[in-house]
Amino acid sequence: MSVLEFFAMKGYAWYIWGSYGVAILLIIVEIMLVRHKRTITLQQLRLVRDAENED
Amino acid sequence: MTKLSMLDLLGLVVRRDLMLAMRRRADVLTTLIFFVLVVSLFPLAVGSEIDMLRKMAPGVVWVAALLASMLSLGRMFSADYLDGTLEQMLLVPQSLSMLVLSKILAHWMLSGLPLVLIAPVLGLQFDMSGEALLVLVAALLIGTPVLSMIGAFGAALTLGLRGGGVLVSLLVLPLCIPVLIFGAGAVTAVTSGVSPASNLSLLGAFLLMSLLFTPWVSAQALRISME
Amino acid sequence: MAINWFKYSAPSSFYGLAGKLIPWFAWPAALLFCMGMYIGFFVAPEDAVQSEAYRIIFIHVPASILSMMIYLIMAGYAALGLIFNTRLSSMMASALAPTGALFAFISLWTGALWGKPMWGAWWVWDARLTSELILLFLYLGFIALQASIEDPRRADRAGALLAIVGSVNVPIIYFSVQWWNTLHQGSSVKLSGTSMHIAMQQAMFTMLVAMWLYVIAIALLRVRSIILYRERNTQWVGELAEVKQ
Repeated sequence: MSVLEFFAMKGYAWYIWGSYGVAILLIIVEIMLVRHKRTITLQQLRLVRDAENED
Repeated sequence: MTKLSMLDLLGLVVRRDLMLAMRRRADVLTTLIFFVLVVSLFPLAVGSEIDMLRKMAPGVVWVAALLASMLSLGRMFSADYLDGTLEQMLLVPQSLSMLVLSKILAHWMLSGLPLVLIAPVLGLQFDMSGEALLVLVAALLIGTPVLSMIGAFGAALTLGLRGGGVLVSLLVLPLCIPVLIFGAGAVTAVTSGVSPASNLSLLGAFLLMSLLFTPWVSAQALRISME
Repeated sequence: MAINWFKYSAPSSFYGLAGKLIPWFAWPAALLFCMGMYIGFFVAPEDAVQSEAYRIIFIHVPASILSMMIYLIMAGYAALGLIFNTRLSSMMASALAPTGALFAFISLWTGALWGKPMWGAWWVWDARLTSELILLFLYLGFIALQASIEDPRRADRAGALLAIVGSVNVPIIYFSVQWWNTLHQGSSVKLSGTSMHIAMQQAMFTMLVAMWLYVIAIALLRVRSIILYRERNTQWVGELAEVKQ
């Protein structure tokens, strides 16, 4: 089976790759969001600590 | 001072809530009018083909009952919460669950019962048969208290929060879906010539289950919200 | 080897443990995911009835199973937090919720994309689909409730109560919808034939484990941020290397 035939998935391409595509995309987005949240939280903590050190 | 029995407490709280509601009759009436309005919207929007309307009728009436019940939930605890009465109620020696049950009963009498009474009139708009109307009223009679009870739980959880009615609805509607399914199902059954007994008895089971659990669970929710 | 488990029930010690554990779940998850995809697409044959389209099940079925399991575990943690007043348990519940909601959505999305070519409809009101949709609403309700409450302890406990009531309701909803569905003679979702080719089973199982490991990894990562924020005023947080820089 050629690469092109593989991706065509006997005509079901949109459904199959649409499913996996969206699922994988959302999982990647989730990972990015959680990591971003960690970055932001650490930033906030540092800001507060800096503000306290100033007094 | 004589100690109040549970039943006395029930009567007291119900009478009080009803009296307070009578002073703001508009609230009670708006819920009823909303119900009538929503039900009447459907034939207008969907067209007046009588067969389709007859099939839709149970679902439409039940969804409207659900929405109308949601609308009036805010009233259950918020007034007492805002003026401090609720805090006092938490200190009452009798069980808080009983108090919550009393409030639920009052709420149902003001929002559920009117729907039950007016539903036959609305059913006529959809050309429902006498038999179907009877089952509709029975189902609403058993089911609307359950809606009030589940609603009480949601109202207790979201006491004092911004987001208000929408948040309560988001929480409560998924939990009410079984009532919706069997409530509408009872009427659909009778119109298809099947006995509505199984649907109605399941509704009855929901009623019993909620009577057993929701007052206590809502009381816990109140305690959590009030700390 | 006596591990003092209770040591890790304090946010301060769990934070470090979680951080060390994450790679041990994340990398195997990624590896198994690739393996599962490989088996699912290159080893498993075409289905007699459903042709290539059935391959969606390798992501759809694990997502569905996990969305339900996560809800129960979330409710369990929430209940622990409510009963024993342990902050960390509640934090774990809050950490699991978004992933649970995500998997419920993926289940619905992939289900629709599987349903359309196979049974001609994007959506059917059968028991499983409808219950999954309601499960998504229950997750969203939990997340919305916690988001609307400022006080973290009230948020923990209100959320816990909601999650517990919800989990009692899930079987009720499932059976209600199933009954309603049989009354209405709706179409049911079935895979062709009862015996699945061994490679299909392997692919599905691999993907299930992969996604399960992913859930653990992402929940641990998320709970670390929750712990940092909730414990921001404590000394141990101030002493952390990542904060000190």
